[in-house]
Amino acid sequence: MKILVCIKQVPDMECRFRVNGAGTWYEEGDLAFRINEYDEYAVEQAVRLKEQLGGEPEVTVLSIGPDRVQESIRKTLAMGGDQGVHIRDEAAATKDPWQIAALIASYARGKGFDLVLTGMQSQDRGSAQVGVLVAEMLGYPCATTLVGFSYDDGVVTARRELEGGTKAVVRFRLPAVATCQLGLNVPRYPTLPNIMKAKRKEIEAIAVSSLADEPRRAGTRLLYLPQKRGSARVIEGEMSSQLEELVEILKTKCASTR
Amino acid sequence: MKTLLVLECRGGRLREESYELFAFAEALGGERAMVLIGGEGAVPKASRRLYLADAARYGEYDPDQHAKIIVEAARREGSDCVAFVHSSYGWDLAPRVASALGAAQVSEVLGVKEGAFEVGCCNGKLRRTMATDTERVVITVQGGAFLSWEEPSGSPEIVAVEIAAEPPRIELVGYEAAEAKTVDLGSAEVVVSAGRGIGKKENIPLIAELAKALGGELGASRPVVDAGWLDHSHQVGSTGQVVRPRLYVACGISGAIQHLAGMKGAEYVVAINKDKDAPIGEVADVLVVADVVQFVPALTARMQQYAMTG
Ligand SMILES: Cc1cc2nc3c(=O)[nH]c(=O)nc-3n(C[C@H](O)[C@H](O)[C@H](O)COP(=O)(O)OP(=O)(O)OC[C@H]3O[C@@H](n4cnc5c(N)ncnc54)[C@H](O)[C@@H]3O)c2cc1C
Repeated sequence: MKILVCIKQVPDMECRFRVNGAGTWYEEGDLAFRINEYDEYAVEQAVRLKEQLGGEPEVTVLSIGPDRVQESIRKTLAMGGDQGVHIRDEAAATKDPWQIAALIASYARGKGFDLVLTGMQSQDRGSAQVGVLVAEMLGYPCATTLVGFSYDDGVVTARRELEGGTKAVVRFRLPAVATCQLGLNVPRYPTLPNIMKAKRKEIEAIAVSSLADEPRRAGTRLLYLPQKRGSARVIEGEMSSQLEELVEILKTKCASTR
Repeated sequence: MKTLLVLECRGGRLREESYELFAFAEALGGERAMVLIGGEGAVPKASRRLYLADAARYGEYDPDQHAKIIVEAARREGSDCVAFVHSSYGWDLAPRVASALGAAQVSEVLGVKEGAFEVGCCNGKLRRTMATDTERVVITVQGGAFLSWEEPSGSPEIVAVEIAAEPPRIELVGYEAAEAKTVDLGSAEVVVSAGRGIGKKENIPLIAELAKALGGELGASRPVVDAGWLDHSHQVGSTGQVVRPRLYVACGISGAIQHLAGMKGAEYVVAINKDKDAPIGEVADVLVVADVVQFVPALTARMQQYAMTG
């Protein structure tokens, strides 16, 4: 069995964002980058399936972006991926989901992947499109938003998360694409020996120019900070004075609830 | 614009959220029509044309067939915009429909500004406007972003749609109801919630004690539940419970849209966060910039003291 996991490197959402000079994207220089949270569940699911099948499946982890994404790929190899594929693209951030999916499909086509796993969305753009589009392009069935996954003899029985805690149980045959939701599993922390082992695993670098180039369908016209509603009273400073201020507020609020 | 609104049916009934699409269509302007894969019981209270395919034949969930039906309706209607709710149904189907129509897709639209679509970015810390380069466009609309205060009324002109039925590639085996609740947050007057910012499971009691001192219930954001620090009945948000307390205290919670969906009806919101720019500040009345692990126990002690001495 061949499994492809597609991961994206995203800024740490706790960073302070600044809009770039052109007003079309954020300054990348100030940011720390990490693996998109949703994709960690995809990597973990691939590794679990590999373990379930006695190590037979081969897990390839792919990412598109500048050289820094190799760090994220390396981390997934320490989680148990077998090899990495880095599609080198300095302009990845300007591409829309359609173009990103086309690159992935162009790489994957004809390679006989049985299962393609992605996160259900990225933390930065949250468009929830790439996984489904890859499936459409490859002609694979696709199940999205999975919070449960079990595999037996070519068939996956999965739980899709719906609203308000309801789930739908779905069944599909491989080959297929599945997109992973938060809580699907508990992604492992790489152990030190596995981090060492991962250093020797191969990451194949592929020039983006060697893959299918699709025209853009949607682009960012302007990026900006949301207008503050200005209603929040911000309490900063020494903890003792912060406490003083908040306790006074809570006294009135709690009195009214009693 | 000719917009086709994709309504949702679950368990034989129309999902209420579908009505938000009407407010979106209004904001966009132009003509609208609707499409629904459902049954008699799910027909919306709304005028205009409704393309109706029978869920008994195509299933309530079969993304391949549903996409084909929606594409067929869009072709017949000559729609240049197809709009979904950004829900588990909508985000699953929209890319399939966009792909078939050769359309650009813009996800989770929260506003329409001078003909461009406004969307969030980076967990709500940024916003962007999107321009599309295609003739047609597929949209998913953020829940709660377009609300109409009018009572739905009217009845549609129904047009039946049929396509050649095929065996599903993704088979719906059945639904699983939400786990039984061990706490009812919905009726609580005070809810104090723990987020990922509390750092570790061992810090849950700190938040639980503040909840107790304020006479409230303990809530949580999703990562706290996913990590197994608390069970699902504590989760507040679009995939948890919706709360409307008089006081909501968010401890180490960033304020993602799915969390806000569960608590924005709170009367008064206090957020304790080390990040002054955390999006929770958008809905909070008070934002205390502090480390929760230090601040919360001190606050609890003060509130306990107050309760004793009055
Ligand atoms: C379909 C879908 C459904 C979802 N449903 C839900 C839902 O029902 N409920 C829900 O909550 N989420 C839901 N989510 C997840 C949601 O998008 C966010 O990922 C989640 O709400 C983030 O939780 P958080 O704020 O606790 O964590 P984070 O976003 O990681 O934020 C942690 C916050 O803590 C602060 N912090 C860190 N350390 C400290 C410290 N020492 N002191 C003070 N502050 C600190 C940080 O500044 C940050 O603001 C859903 C997502 C999807 C895609």
